[in-house]
Amino acid sequence: MIAESLASSGITPAVIGGYLEFLASHSTQITQLIVEHLVITLLTIGIALPMGVLLGTFISLYEWAATPILWFAGIMQTIPSIALFGLLIPFLGIGSPPVIISLVLYSQLPIVRNTHIGLTQVDEAAIEAGRGLGMGRLSRLRRVQIPLALPVVMAGVRNAVVIIVGIAAIGAFIGAGGLGDYLFQGIRERNVDMIVVTTVILSALALALDYGFGLSERLLRARNGEEIQSTRLTRIFQQVIA
Amino acid sequence: MGALIEGWQYLLTNFGEFLTLLQEHLFMVAVAELAAIAVAVPAAIVATRSDRAKKWILNVGNVAQTIPTLAIIALVYPLLGIGLKSAIFGIWVYALLPILTNTVTGIENVDRETVNAARGMGMTDWEIMKRIQLPLAIPVIFAGIRTSSVINVGTAYLAFFIGGGGLGLWVISGIQLFNTPQMLAGAIPGALLAICADLLLAGVERYVGRGHDVQVGVSA
Amino acid sequence: MTAIRFEDVTKVYSDGTVAIENVSYEVEEGTTTVLVGPSGCGKTTTMKLVNRLEDPSGGTVYYEGSDVEELDRIDLRRDIGYVIQEIGLFGHMTVGENIATVPELKGWDESRIDERIDELLELMDMPPEDYCDQYPRELSGGQRQRVGIARALASEPDVMLMDEPFGALDPITRENLQDEFLELQQQIDTTILFVTHSIDEALKMGDKIAIYDVGQVVQYDTPQEILENPANEFVEDFVGADRGLKRLQVTQVQTIMSEPGAEADTGTAIAADGNGKMDVTLSPADSAQVALSRMIQHDVEKLPVVADSAVVGTVTKDTIHNIARRGD
Repeated sequence: MIAESLASSGITPAVIGGYLEFLASHSTQITQLIVEHLVITLLTIGIALPMGVLLGTFISLYEWAATPILWFAGIMQTIPSIALFGLLIPFLGIGSPPVIISLVLYSQLPIVRNTHIGLTQVDEAAIEAGRGLGMGRLSRLRRVQIPLALPVVMAGVRNAVVIIVGIAAIGAFIGAGGLGDYLFQGIRERNVDMIVVTTVILSALALALDYGFGLSERLLRARNGEEIQSTRLTRIFQQVIA
Repeated sequence: MGALIEGWQYLLTNFGEFLTLLQEHLFMVAVAELAAIAVAVPAAIVATRSDRAKKWILNVGNVAQTIPTLAIIALVYPLLGIGLKSAIFGIWVYALLPILTNTVTGIENVDRETVNAARGMGMTDWEIMKRIQLPLAIPVIFAGIRTSSVINVGTAYLAFFIGGGGLGLWVISGIQLFNTPQMLAGAIPGALLAICADLLLAGVERYVGRGHDVQVGVSA
Repeated sequence: MTAIRFEDVTKVYSDGTVAIENVSYEVEEGTTTVLVGPSGCGKTTTMKLVNRLEDPSGGTVYYEGSDVEELDRIDLRRDIGYVIQEIGLFGHMTVGENIATVPELKGWDESRIDERIDELLELMDMPPEDYCDQYPRELSGGQRQRVGIARALASEPDVMLMDEPFGALDPITRENLQDEFLELQQQIDTTILFVTHSIDEALKMGDKIAIYDVGQVVQYDTPQEILENPANEFVEDFVGADRGLKRLQVTQVQTIMSEPGAEADTGTAIAADGNGKMDVTLSPADSAQVALSRMIQHDVEKLPVVADSAVVGTVTKDTIHNIARRGD
């Protein structure tokens, strides 16, 4: 509505008016696409997070497996998404399955790596202190290692989410839906308004998720008593939590 | 398995076309990468002269890297239209960011005392940059070049959507026409290309990084 | 000749901190002057004014007679050797390349540079054939600092600035490097400005010592004079309660020995040793502290001072006790 009033008021230049008009006239579809995009992202995280944390924990316990698994996860990330989709289609057909599997594979590196770092680089002294206090291996993991590793894992998830949002857009090409639909349609139909508006929304979505996860990472760090660069928002959150 | 064999056969029967597409692909990647290095490294060097420019580059650079590649490619179309030049431009924009941020970080990470020693010995700012900061930052800069090159191989696939050609042609029309052999014949070499580029550049990175692993500085 | 002169120099940083205020003193050519004081007292700032890493807010710094602010910053720095605690060796360059830095900047020709590198590495007791092509990370802390000093000496500077050069080293390495550097100093005849926070190092290294208290020089004198007549309570505290013992460190036996003829029995020490084979002697440059500890070790009352295998004097325990007691 704001868009409509702005567009009709004649204050905004014609170009921007065009974008706003498009936004206003397609708001239902755009909302639908955003929801689809978020569903793909959440589904992927729902699979990728437990899988990555499990793998990361595994390689922290069995150090010999760390190098090959991290290497493999790294290699996965270099494969162009279009090529990976192409590799999976013969086995999984088109639609969401190949896209979600690809996204899970792409997001493994940051999650596995950060879980590994988080669990292994916990301050030796903190572990030692836990042992001194009479904690067993499991309670040490629960009370010392995991709380300290959490923000690092969260940083990995944040990294993964940005990758997922970006590549999910490309997934629209093989029928997974989401905001990518409008990008491809825009290019096909030479619809500049459609391209610009979708690009802005897609980028905003990526930035917002990046910011949101960044915020939760900082809050987790703050809970552990680490020094954080506090922004106004984190301060407000901290007050609310306190 | 059968699909893979069919893909292999498709590749062999259309080998001439494959070479042309591969060449186009590599051409886009290489031109965009070289242009990105040529712009990003000097720009980053200039930026390190000013605290504000430096912060701005690091912040904007990091934020911009969260923008999806497809969004960048799609945006190039309304700006420049369709064609090889637009495709290369789109790849170039995305290739800039890792080099920019890594060059700034690499120069910034050079031990302060090393720079102080150089200044005290009578090096001009430019001599410090050329003889001390840049050589010490090379491994980090090169890591940025490696990242952006690998990203480029992937972005070049997307560039097909705005008229770039390259291996994207086989994969994308393969998907559209349900031509699985053609799709695989475009996808597998591209995946291998990215992996090889990464491994090769990792090797070069280790080579340029030799002698850099320890920052000589405060020993206490 | 005066190498460096501070005339009423004040330095106020842009945030309003006063680093030094109205500092005036002269540094004689060919001597070592140690700037000593607690951290934040302005000693490092004073040093940085000489090679213009900082410029004074008031007053003038003269280098070989000219106002440094009228000299070209870069040329000035290339003419002055500079050594810092963190050494700041260039990790991507070999030892040889590190040493060659300033000569290269000054455009020396290659053969002269190579010769100079070899000469300096010899001087530092690091055989060029072993060390020239090594990278800094392959060296120990002490070796790195030797290379740091060699690098500063490379273009034969008239003046060397050394900012806590031995501060980051372990005590044993530090002591060795101090001794080596004292020897080196005899050979190179360079004016040295040396910053430290350790009064012991200052007493050991300095011909003259400038003692700093927040931004001001409270005493500028020879080590002996500072121990003998501390200018005020701050200096007294800073020098420490064991002034008497420190005085022994800075007193050479040649300044307190009696004439060889004055005492007939210079052989006392040898005789006291029991079998007369082991000669316990002193050399003229040994400190009174060394003399005392040797006397205690061998349980004798006096020791002969020997130079070029001739006895040139005798030192007695009483004389040493008197020095230690004086002024307390």
